[in-house]
Amino acid sequence: MGSLWGRLDDVQGDAGYGSPSEHPPRMGFFTDTSVCIGCKACEVACKEWNSVPEDGYLLTGMSYDNTQELGASTWRHVAFVEKPLDVPAVDLGMPAMGAPDTEGVTWLMSSDVCKHCTHAACLDVCPTGALFRTEFGTVVVQPDVCNGCGYCVPACPYGVIDLRKDDGRAFKCTLCYDRLKEGQTPACAQACPTESIQFGELTELRERAARRVEELHDRGVDVARLYGADPDDGVGGDGAFFLLLDEPEVYGLPPDPIVTTRDLGSMWRHVGAAAATLVGLGVASFLGRRR
Amino acid sequence: MVPEPEFESYYGRPILKQPTWKTPDVPLYLFLGGLAGCSALLAEGAAATGRPDLERVARLTAAGGAAAGTVALVHDLGRPERFLNMLRVFKPTSPLSVGSFILAPFSALSGAAAATEVTGRFPRLGRLAGVGAAAFGPPLATYTAALLANTAIPAWHEAHRELPFVFGGSGAQAAGGLAMLLVPCDQAAPARRMALAGAAVEVVAAETILKKGLVAEPYRIGRPGRLMKVARNATTVASAITVLAGRRSRLLSAVAGATYVGASLATRFGIFEAGLESARDPKYVVVPQRERMRARAAH
Repeated sequence: MGSLWGRLDDVQGDAGYGSPSEHPPRMGFFTDTSVCIGCKACEVACKEWNSVPEDGYLLTGMSYDNTQELGASTWRHVAFVEKPLDVPAVDLGMPAMGAPDTEGVTWLMSSDVCKHCTHAACLDVCPTGALFRTEFGTVVVQPDVCNGCGYCVPACPYGVIDLRKDDGRAFKCTLCYDRLKEGQTPACAQACPTESIQFGELTELRERAARRVEELHDRGVDVARLYGADPDDGVGGDGAFFLLLDEPEVYGLPPDPIVTTRDLGSMWRHVGAAAATLVGLGVASFLGRRR
Repeated sequence: MVPEPEFESYYGRPILKQPTWKTPDVPLYLFLGGLAGCSALLAEGAAATGRPDLERVARLTAAGGAAAGTVALVHDLGRPERFLNMLRVFKPTSPLSVGSFILAPFSALSGAAAATEVTGRFPRLGRLAGVGAAAFGPPLATYTAALLANTAIPAWHEAHRELPFVFGGSGAQAAGGLAMLLVPCDQAAPARRMALAGAAVEVVAAETILKKGLVAEPYRIGRPGRLMKVARNATTVASAITVLAGRRSRLLSAVAGATYVGASLATRFGIFEAGLESARDPKYVVVPQRERMRARAAH
């Protein structure tokens, strides 16, 4: 049983892969939403490469987002947020084409993905061992083991993993485990035309992200902030983290997720106390008057 | 009236996924696990103190509840044919894994005890199995609280200290209640005491949960709120009848017993459905997390 909460610098070592010299470095995504253009190439590349089936064709009216959310058959999801402009637009140094109909609108776009948490609740609650930690520090479901119990679904603090209804099993982003094993870049990052999705060693990505935030702040983009990059946060930091231009909940992300297993000790202690209470209650029921 | 808290969201959409656990499978399993686990306790007490009618009913309830609960759990799986994968590994971090290693021996032991009770063969082995079932009974009745609490669902997770007592008390109430319904009054005294004490534990723990502010709102409003109210009122009525007439009237004892069973069922469905509501509305995720961040920043 690995560690359940708090900072953890060698997540693979904690999962039994030995010392850092015995396994590859932890790999991850840095999704810089300040340069996302909402092209959805990541969504398409992911679907194609991983043979992910269609997820329904709904027109939602939610800006350009008809994908709606991450799920068993959506492993990259581009969120679109149109907000009335109440501050002067800031030049992000983007190509000057401009999006259509953006008069007086700030348009946020962000490609969401499984966070591959340091402390992954989905993995810890999985009763079959179908979810496991790879040598790259990512979290992957083994479809040949999953029995569709669904425990991972409400355990995820980000609402990422889900059961595929017609299939019965749980699916989510694998961070292209097959491609990683071949030394390749995950399909979404490979397809991203603006390098909004950056793939690499997590330690290096964190440094790069810190520099990018600093650069944006210097340019007056005070709203830029990192999300999921802090190894001391409630999930021990995300393997896939983000640079956002608004509060996390605006993008549909929880502002301060804490992995449920932080309280696992307390839960079992209280279960034990309640079970002991039942034993006492059972014995006491047979004391006293016979009728 | 508390004003609706202000918060931002992505088109009002949920942040968490809806649990895929099916109704009635999972809430029914929560109920059956509690009923079976506490009945195994009751059966062993009855055997030790020479109450054959109570022993028989409790043994059959323990075995039947465990069997029906197992069916409900397997039916809930997306791939039912792979249910044995539950025993592939043992993971203390997964209450469902721990629970499988409680349910499997409990089912076997309570089944063996019931089989010898019915057939009259190998009574000593049956008794030994019954003792084993009684040992696994209390964990079976309470581990399901950790099953719900060890999730990101705010209404379940934030109740992780109280839920085991709600479930344990509710199980005792159900087991005692069913025995009151099926066993003559002169042998049902322990069942009455178990139901009364279980009801008291359950009500106190549940009331503590209901007071938890916004995260507990799903337990107070809508359909789950109504189920919780029905459960509390039914428990109160059943307890009053039990205290006043449980010893004397076979009919009233049966009525009180059935009401206890119904109350336990309503509690399980109420708590389960409150969790679904809690996942559906992003305010239950965003507002408490924002408060937590503000409190941390203030330090």
